[in-house]
Amino acid sequence: MDDKAILGADARRQFITFHSGEQEFGADIMVIREIRGWTPTTPLPHSPDYVLGVINLRGVVLPVVDLNARLGRARTEANPKHVIVVVRTGERTIGLLVDAVSDILTVRAADIQPTPELARDEQSEFIEGIAVLDSRMVTILSMERLTASLVATQTALAA
Amino acid sequence: MGKIILTVDDSKTMRDMLKLALSADGHIVIQADDGVNGVEALRHAGDVDVIITDINMPRMDGFGFIDQVRRDPGRRATPILVLTTETEPAKKQRARDAGATGWIVKPFDPAKLLAAVRRVSP
Amino acid sequence: MDPMEAIKQTYFQECDELLLAMEEGLIAIEAGEADGETINAVFRAVHSIKGGGGAFGFEALVAFAHIFETVLDHLRSGKLSPSGAVIKVLLRAGDVLSDHVGAARDRRALGDEHDADIKAELAALSGEEAGSDEAAPADFEGLDFTPTCIVVDEPAAQSGWKIVFRPHAALYAKANEPYLLVRELAQLGPTAVEADLTALPALDAIEPDQAYFSWTVTLTSDVAREKVEEVFDFVVGDCDLTIEPLSPAPVAVPVTAAEEFPSIAAGPVQPQEKKDAPAAHDAAKQTIRVDLDKVDRLVNLVGELVITQAMLSQRVLECRIPRASSIGDGLSELEHLLRELQESVMAIRTQPVKSVFQRMPRLVRELAAQTNKKVRLVVEGEATEVDKTVIERLGEPLTHMIRNAVDHGLETPEERAAAGKPEEGTVTLSAEHRGGRIVIEVSDDGRGIDRPRVREKAVERGLVSPAAQLSDDEVDNLIFMPGFSTASQVSNISGRGVGMDVVRRNIVDLGGRISIGSDPKQGSKFSLTLPLTLAVLDGMVVAVGDQTFVLPLAHIVESLKPRKQDVRAFGREGNLLNVRGAYVPLVDTAELLGARRAANQDGGVVILVESQGTGRLALMVDAILGQHQVVIKSFEGNYRHIDGIAAATILGDGRVALILDVDGLVASCRNRLATAETLATGT
Repeated sequence: MDDKAILGADARRQFITFHSGEQEFGADIMVIREIRGWTPTTPLPHSPDYVLGVINLRGVVLPVVDLNARLGRARTEANPKHVIVVVRTGERTIGLLVDAVSDILTVRAADIQPTPELARDEQSEFIEGIAVLDSRMVTILSMERLTASLVATQTALAA
Repeated sequence: MGKIILTVDDSKTMRDMLKLALSADGHIVIQADDGVNGVEALRHAGDVDVIITDINMPRMDGFGFIDQVRRDPGRRATPILVLTTETEPAKKQRARDAGATGWIVKPFDPAKLLAAVRRVSP
Repeated sequence: MDPMEAIKQTYFQECDELLLAMEEGLIAIEAGEADGETINAVFRAVHSIKGGGGAFGFEALVAFAHIFETVLDHLRSGKLSPSGAVIKVLLRAGDVLSDHVGAARDRRALGDEHDADIKAELAALSGEEAGSDEAAPADFEGLDFTPTCIVVDEPAAQSGWKIVFRPHAALYAKANEPYLLVRELAQLGPTAVEADLTALPALDAIEPDQAYFSWTVTLTSDVAREKVEEVFDFVVGDCDLTIEPLSPAPVAVPVTAAEEFPSIAAGPVQPQEKKDAPAAHDAAKQTIRVDLDKVDRLVNLVGELVITQAMLSQRVLECRIPRASSIGDGLSELEHLLRELQESVMAIRTQPVKSVFQRMPRLVRELAAQTNKKVRLVVEGEATEVDKTVIERLGEPLTHMIRNAVDHGLETPEERAAAGKPEEGTVTLSAEHRGGRIVIEVSDDGRGIDRPRVREKAVERGLVSPAAQLSDDEVDNLIFMPGFSTASQVSNISGRGVGMDVVRRNIVDLGGRISIGSDPKQGSKFSLTLPLTLAVLDGMVVAVGDQTFVLPLAHIVESLKPRKQDVRAFGREGNLLNVRGAYVPLVDTAELLGARRAANQDGGVVILVESQGTGRLALMVDAILGQHQVVIKSFEGNYRHIDGIAAATILGDGRVALILDVDGLVASCRNRLATAETLATGT
């Protein structure tokens, strides 16, 4: 978010947290449009396996991404207990398949730590930082980078 | 005090600029895009404190429009400012003959526009 | 957005409309179809462009528009007669004005050389010196010029002014108010006001229309005389006014109307005819300007409504409610109304093709000048309406086709004379509705396609084998092949590095097709057919494995049940289908699109599709589910482009179905097959 730079250490940001696989993730509440139950997707040909396909969200054709698979881990066998988090960044809207939405979290900017250099893996490109609260550790995801990567795949494939 | 001002101009650019300048001073702006619609707007508008009109317009030009306005006894005392360019002194005179109260030279300086409005309206 | 920036956008948009109106008017005058209002409209267009341009400080544009406008004013007043030569100059001036607008829009400067010639020609027409730009109102202060006011030897510091002001009745008649003027004087400094009521008659003799008062205002301030005069700017001529310095003074300068308006003193005002009975006759259609986003939202909503209705109908059917029931009747009434609603909403987005067609006369004029050919452009059916999205993407292909017609199609005047044709060639641009589509044709009466030459070139470029048997039609259509025209041989005019294959691609992208017909020595004709809208599509809904796809009806040739003996293996994994003697590549759509294959392998249906330019393809599907008009939903805003998929739609059950891109599929399958062929036959 643009206004991050001008926020002091005391500034607070709100995140929606959700579980995917074993981990707890957070996404800035400003980019979350809605949370809806899982509906079967229409598969998209020639797409990476983390792209589950598209669904009809009140007339908008929305691509749905399996977050766990996108972060380089196991694919989710989706069932009606799963949840789709609808994320809008800029002009793009996508759905993220997660296990469950857990919480709304208010975090002081100072409590968000950068990703440890050592822990670089497939997911680190989408990680904005780690929020540590008491015993919990929430991985804050950059939704901008996540949605952008979906469109950017085209050039990657074309190259 | 904000006034109710009718602007009549076939150019949307000009209408928008007038509105921008006038509303910055708290005036309420009604717009019409030619003389015919200007007359029509007045029919529905009730109190209008000042009218600003262009001269060159399709269907009914500014002279015709002023003439129509002045025929309405209730609008005889309504100040009318015409928009004119520097090169048209003859137009100014014709507008005055038709009953215009004053003029605004295009392209207008917002301060002068507001001053002209103040000059003709309490 | 900065409000001024927004207004600037409006201005440019308006300029486009005004420029078109101007050109249209000039062409009408040239054709002798003009009435008095036509020239007025042309004048107004240029005047408005100038007016707005001044506000944004586009000095070069304003200066040019001013000279242009002066000539138009002469034309309007009858000082200048609209001869063919004059109109030609004006049309070119219009083109240059359009260039000025373009330059202003792109924030670049137009070199003086760009308009110097035409300025001189315009000046010659108006009998003025070229380069007298000073006359243009390029100042933005809007300073009123008051020639009498410059009194050089006036004492610098005045202690004040004595102003005697006696309004005439005319002052009140024009809704001026002495009190406001006195108030404005008070803004300049301390004032003492004395009213002179001596002229006031007895009460019963007072006539409300008459003026009886006069005022003497003593202004104690060293403001310049101009400031004081400015206050009375609007009422000069409608009052007696003297302004005298308070201190021992030079001569009082009475300001009179004649001095204020020197041009009036110099000669009588040209009486302009007043337009009488202005309103009723002009049955000009009332229009409103609506943000396109709002219309699109409406189109989308209606699309949703149609889908919801389809879903509802399906649910009702599933409940086994008979069609012939009150619910069934209600549903079919709803469906009927919705279809009507959808058509009406779509109609909002339609525009006459005129907006694109109108750009062509200028193009033809320029091309004629560049090629030294004489060209007449005939435009027909410009009122034909089509969706705005189609219109927006029509300009480029049309431009190419017209370039092609003038550059390659038409002969030089000498060649034409030698061939017994009139020296002036004719290019005809027409539009009409035919069978739910729009057909646009560009034809010329030129030399026609040089078939031997085209064939030779195609062979040279390896596009056809030298031994190929080609019909005339097939030869003509070679020009649409990718790689037919290359940069090395296209001329400066038609070329710009783009060949007819790109034109074809543009048209195909719009869901249209293009064809050419030609008669040697008689001319050529390009025909485009396009859908009326890009928002909905007539599609065939097919089942493939566990999925549903939509095939655009426009691409479907036929559907058939293949017999085993008609299928022939080809290459390692390809198959060909024999369709009445012609072999067409046969592909399993499920495999192609990664759909799960249906359990029963046999009993499929083949749909023969055709892509213009790249040929036919037989697509094996499991079943045809029906034909529907579907609302096209792009998902590329949220996701990347997928090869073979054009867009998506939402079916009656609320699920998303993908719309296949037939051209893409045919091209990629044919490529694959070509590779297979090389593998099978090579080494």
